[in-house]
Amino acid sequence: MSFINYASREINCKIVYYGPGLCGKTTNLQLVYQKTAPEAKGKMISLATETERTLFFDFLPLALGEIRGFKTRFHLYTVPGQVFYDASRKLILKGVDGVVFVADSQEERLDANIESMENLKDNLEEQGYQLEKLPFVIQYNKRDLPNVTSVAELRNLLNPDDVPDFEACATTGEGVFETLKAVAKLILVDLKKGGG
Amino acid sequence: MFGSQSNFVMYDEELKRINAVIEKLLRESNSKVIFLVDKNGQLISATGETEHLDTTSLASLTAGNIAATGGLAKLIGEKEFSILFHEGEKDNIHISIVAGRVILVVIFDQRSSLGLVRLRVKKASDELADIFEDLARKTAEMEKEGTAQSPFAEITDDDIDNLFK
Repeated sequence: MSFINYASREINCKIVYYGPGLCGKTTNLQLVYQKTAPEAKGKMISLATETERTLFFDFLPLALGEIRGFKTRFHLYTVPGQVFYDASRKLILKGVDGVVFVADSQEERLDANIESMENLKDNLEEQGYQLEKLPFVIQYNKRDLPNVTSVAELRNLLNPDDVPDFEACATTGEGVFETLKAVAKLILVDLKKGGG
Repeated sequence: MFGSQSNFVMYDEELKRINAVIEKLLRESNSKVIFLVDKNGQLISATGETEHLDTTSLASLTAGNIAATGGLAKLIGEKEFSILFHEGEKDNIHISIVAGRVILVVIFDQRSSLGLVRLRVKKASDELADIFEDLARKTAEMEKEGTAQSPFAEITDDDIDNLFK
């Protein structure tokens, strides 16, 4: 649900990064933060535990520029990936305009990816959303590691609807902006159609 | 009052009315800063000593706070906790839910008191609720008439691509 403000000529959209624990959601946001010009970003907030695990969410506001005289702002959120934080994940999905699913490409995390994807669908449905109808992209992260599942297999398991998907290495930044651009574009196209 | 799937729209006229209410509340409650946030964390309006405040972050954290306490409320069988109060050494934050949809945040120090803030907030909340009701009606009417032309209806792929250059 985007917020269209005719008074200040702004449009605000919410993007949520979802995925299993330690898949690199926070790293994605940190990289976007590092590589964005100071005037285009706000402060990044991380509500994390002492061991740097996300406790509630990370938040990063971005101002992308103007379209037809409207300032476009994107609010990027991550959810806590650990299974037992499910109550918090549900809260963060409220009012979402677009979702990025960050998959951990490592073989041993294959089950965790599938479980998290199911969890995403369940939690969205609880809020009255359908994943198929939302702007949605998938990122296969950690492609630089040696023990990764092939993209073809990940695609087969996680992307049956053939949404835009990207290989990435969030620590070096590879694929991070491609992912963000893709979801932002889908959201804007959705707004164009008058949905949202 | 707003469908979960439709967009939240704000118009000039309503924003002016909202600003008038919160500016009056700022004066009458002797508070420092007042802001209004949508439950999803989008800042609607802010007034008072906002120059040194990161209002975007405040808005997002406030919404997170309300969402978390709302979750707690449901667990014990309450619908929601409509008022939250955080007491600091100098500044305090009073957070309340208006019309079940928007969050009103009042930051105040020793120049005011919790009692005064609560009293003034109650009155302002009723006025704000009326405005948001009007806004919901207006948005619904516009949608029905099909006059709610999205400002994005005519954007091109090039417009979108230009954002990412």
